[in-house]
Amino acid sequence: MVEAVNIVLLGLLVITAVAAIRLHDLFAVVMMFGIYSLLAATVFVVLDAVDVAFTEAAVGVGISTILMLTTLGLVGRWERRPVHRPFLPLLVVVVTGAALIYGTLDMPHFGDPDAPVHQHVAPRYLEQSPDEIGIPNVVTGVLASYRGYDTLGELTVIFTAGVGVLALLGIRRRRQDEATRER
Amino acid sequence: MRDNPVLRVVTKIIVPVIFLFALYVQFHGDYGPGGGFQAGVIFAAGLILYGLIFGTESIRCLISTRFLRALIAAGLLLFASVGFLPLLMGWNYLDYDALGQNPLSGQHLGIFLVELGVGITVAAVMVTIFVAFAGRRDS
Amino acid sequence: MNVFGLYNYWIVIFLMMTGFYVVISSGNLVKKIVGLSLFQASVFILYISLGKITGGTVPILREGITLYSNPLPHVLILTAIVVGVSTTALGLALVVRIKEAYDTVEEDEIHQQDESL
Repeated sequence: MVEAVNIVLLGLLVITAVAAIRLHDLFAVVMMFGIYSLLAATVFVVLDAVDVAFTEAAVGVGISTILMLTTLGLVGRWERRPVHRPFLPLLVVVVTGAALIYGTLDMPHFGDPDAPVHQHVAPRYLEQSPDEIGIPNVVTGVLASYRGYDTLGELTVIFTAGVGVLALLGIRRRRQDEATRER
Repeated sequence: MRDNPVLRVVTKIIVPVIFLFALYVQFHGDYGPGGGFQAGVIFAAGLILYGLIFGTESIRCLISTRFLRALIAAGLLLFASVGFLPLLMGWNYLDYDALGQNPLSGQHLGIFLVELGVGITVAAVMVTIFVAFAGRRDS
Repeated sequence: MNVFGLYNYWIVIFLMMTGFYVVISSGNLVKKIVGLSLFQASVFILYISLGKITGGTVPILREGITLYSNPLPHVLILTAIVVGVSTTALGLALVVRIKEAYDTVEEDEIHQQDESL
């Protein structure tokens, strides 16, 4: 049952991604990206990652789509049609994809409980966190306590990105203020 | 878009619900799905919806830009200083066991404060980015 | 060897490659960033697929449940999504500044202007 839902959702993801390639109206491309994120959030629910689905639904469908639309309002909606034929990019993509698919042949199957990823730290988190952390949501426990350094670093990246956007887009207003003051 | 009465009324009804849900996700994150990152982006999404319908100026009326920028740093500082508290008590950095009477209550308090810091910074950064982009178009 | 169990990874690789194709074939900087975000979202799906265990459930501890999906990929991707949107915003901010400096967001037109200087 889960597999069937999963296949349907992944098929819809493929359709949206291909549509995003073929469209030249950037407004439609951004809308496709919004749909893609919503479908990805649904896939996360099917794959038991509810915390991730939450975040993807709010970030992918809401915030990044709005930021892209705001950018389109500033830079224009239409993409110029490409002059050269897309043979070289297509070749690069096909070769890379074939190499990656060759790499998956040695991987454990989807949903395999004996896969190496499930053998090392994850069982310890699941078994010990009731005694060590004492909260039911293991994801929160790992995020804030076991991997606290990691999260602190990620938060610093977000902080830096916010400061970077302010440095790039927050300047003009100040200059205008100074100009009016000098007048 | 700002003149559409349906959008204005629906936004006014739905934005408080979004904020309430964000706070629920923030403070219930220990027991159900949720936590600082999710709550931060949901809270920011509510404010951004408000700004989309009523204009960026209305966000500036709600929260001044200076305060928002101070919040960006405040969340990160809260996280980092919660890490320093155990250090002062002779434990390791970010080891919350030291914060409470017993290790479990210490972990509880530590995770609560850290998630709060994450939520504050994430929400403030997202709203700041939106205001910076939208303000660029107005100027 | 039963290769049907790998279908999930193959579809995700196809999705990754569509994002990659948009990045390298399109000349429009906004579309490049959309492609990068598509690539990013498909990497997220790959990670979450790795964490799924058949018959497992959401990693929120409850009485009477013994099999949980792997919580570690969830933690990594949760933070990566929010970091991803911050860096995307930084990229879009750069695009806006490029538009103001060059009056275009098409790659080859920017190169032409640089050469004619």
